[in-house]
Amino acid sequence: MDVEVTPLPGIGLRQDFMTRAGRRIGVITHRDGRSELVVYRSDDPDAAAVSIPLSSGEATTLASLLGAPHLVQQLEGQHRDLTPIQTHQLAVVPGSRYDGATLGDTAVRSRTGASIIAVVRGGVVHPSPRPDFELLGGDLLVVVGTEDGLAAAARLLERG
Amino acid sequence: MFDSHATATALLELGAVLFGLSVLGRLAWRIGISPIPLYLLGGLAFGQGGLLPLSGIEEFISLGGEIGVVLLLLLLGLEYSAGELLTGLRRSWLAGVIDVVANAAPGALVALLLGWGPVAALAMAGVTYISSSGIVAKVLGDLGRLGNRETPVILSILVFEDLAMAVYLPVLTTVLIGVGWVSGLTTVGLALAAVTVVLVVALRYGRQISTILDSPEPEVFLLRLLGAALLFAGLAAAAQVSAAVGAFLLGIAISGATAENAAKLLEPLRDLFAAVFFVLFGLSTDPAAIPPVLGAAAGLAVVTTLTKLATGWFAARSHGIGRMGRLRAGAALVARGEFSIVIAGLAVVAGSVPGDLAALATAYVLLMAIIGPIAARVVEPLAHRFSPRPQGSAGVAESI
Repeated sequence: MDVEVTPLPGIGLRQDFMTRAGRRIGVITHRDGRSELVVYRSDDPDAAAVSIPLSSGEATTLASLLGAPHLVQQLEGQHRDLTPIQTHQLAVVPGSRYDGATLGDTAVRSRTGASIIAVVRGGVVHPSPRPDFELLGGDLLVVVGTEDGLAAAARLLERG
Repeated sequence: MFDSHATATALLELGAVLFGLSVLGRLAWRIGISPIPLYLLGGLAFGQGGLLPLSGIEEFISLGGEIGVVLLLLLLGLEYSAGELLTGLRRSWLAGVIDVVANAAPGALVALLLGWGPVAALAMAGVTYISSSGIVAKVLGDLGRLGNRETPVILSILVFEDLAMAVYLPVLTTVLIGVGWVSGLTTVGLALAAVTVVLVVALRYGRQISTILDSPEPEVFLLRLLGAALLFAGLAAAAQVSAAVGAFLLGIAISGATAENAAKLLEPLRDLFAAVFFVLFGLSTDPAAIPPVLGAAAGLAVVTTLTKLATGWFAARSHGIGRMGRLRAGAALVARGEFSIVIAGLAVVAGSVPGDLAALATAYVLLMAIIGPIAARVVEPLAHRFSPRPQGSAGVAESI
C-alpha cells in the first residue's frame, strides 16, 4: 500500500492513500494526540468531503474495529484443522475490574483453559503478551480454546 | 498600602472592560470572525474622544498591552520548530518571496503616496504582508480543510511568513529608532546574524534549552516560561531591538514537546493580555482620524485580497493542485490579523511615523477581519457559479 505522508507544520501529520476503488482516504494526527478521519471527494481529489474529528479513545475503537476481525479471520483459517479449537475476540470493558489489571491478574488460562494469544490495541497487535502485560478498557483479546473454555473466558471477563 | 477607593475604582473599571470584551468576543465567534477587530472597536470606544474615558487603569492597560505583545510573539515563535522553519524555507521559498513582494508593495506604496516617508512605508509593508497563522489555521480547521491537498502549501507559506517576521521585526525596530544609513545597515546585519544564531542554536541545542525551561509541575513551568520570556524581552528592549523580537526568538528556540506544552499553558494568558493590547491600541487611536483614511484602507483591502489570492494560486499550481484547490489556497491566505496591529503598534510607539498610520492600520484590520474569513468560505460556491462548465461532477468523477 502506497501511503503518502505529509507533515503539516504547526498542526501534525497527514497520511493518506488511494483505495483500489479509487477513493482517497486519510488520517490527520494532531500534535496533541487528537486525530481526524478524512474522506476525499471523488470529483475533486484535492478536497476533503468529510473530516471527522476523533478523540484518542474513539480512534482506538475505530482502529480495533477495522483491525481485529482481520486477525481473527486469519487465525480461524489456521485452526480449522484442529476442529475442537476455536478463536474468539473478547473485549475488555472500559471501567470493568480488568481495565488496568495485568494479564496475570485475569488468570484466564488457569481458570478456563483458554489462552490469550494476542492483545489488539489501537489497531496494533501485541502478540504473545506476557503475564505482566497491562490491559486497558477497549483492548480486544484474541483468545484460543475449546468452545466451553471460550464461553468461560467470556463470562470471566464480563463478570470478573 | 493602597488607596482603597482608587483600588475599588480600578477594579470596577477593569472588570467592566474585561466583561465588555467577553461580550464582544462572543459576538465575534457567533458571526465567525476573529474577535480582534471588535476588541479594537472596544478600545476606540473607551479612548480619547471615545464614549467612555477611563481613569486609573491606564498604567495597567499599558503594561498589560506590552506583555500582550510579548506573549503574542512568544506563541508565534512556539508555533513552528526550527526544523519546520528550515524545511518551509527550502520547499516554498519562491512562493514565499512572491508573497512578500506582492503583499508588502501595496502597503508601502500607499504610505509613500500619502507622503508619510520611507520608515512608515516599511511599517505599512509589514502591516499588509503578514497574515496571522493562528487565524488561517483556525479557518481551515473550522471548514474541515486540514486534510485538503492544498493545505500543506498554505501552511508552508505561513511558515515562510513566520521566518520573514524573524528578519523583518529587528530590521523594522532598528529603522524606527531612526539611525543613519551606515549604522542602520550594521544593525540590520546584526539582526540577521542574531536570527541565524538563534536558528542554529535552536536546531543544535533546542533540546537543552527546552530541558532548562521544562518542569513537570504546571505552575513552576508557567512561571519559568513567563519569567524567561519577560527577561528575554527586557534584554532585547535594553539592546534597542524591541521586546517583541526577544520573545519571538525565545519561542523559536524552545522545541519539541516542551514547545507544545508551553503553547497550551500560555494560550489563555496570551488571549487575556492580547485583548488588553488591542484595547490599548484602540485607546491610543483617535476615532476621528479613521474616516479620512477609510478610502485608502478600503483600496488596500481590495488590492491585498487580490494579491494574496494570486500568491495562493501560484503556490498551489506549482505543487500540482487543481484549479479549485488553487482558489481555496489563495482565499485561505487572505486573512490578516493581530500581527498587522502589532507592527503598527511598534511603529506608532516609536513615534517616528505619523499617528494616522495607527488609524489606517485599524481600519485595514477591521476590513480584513471581515473579508478574510468570508473569502475563505465563499470562494468555492462563487467559483462554481461563475465557472462556465462546472468541472467535477460530470467529467472527473466518472473517470476515477
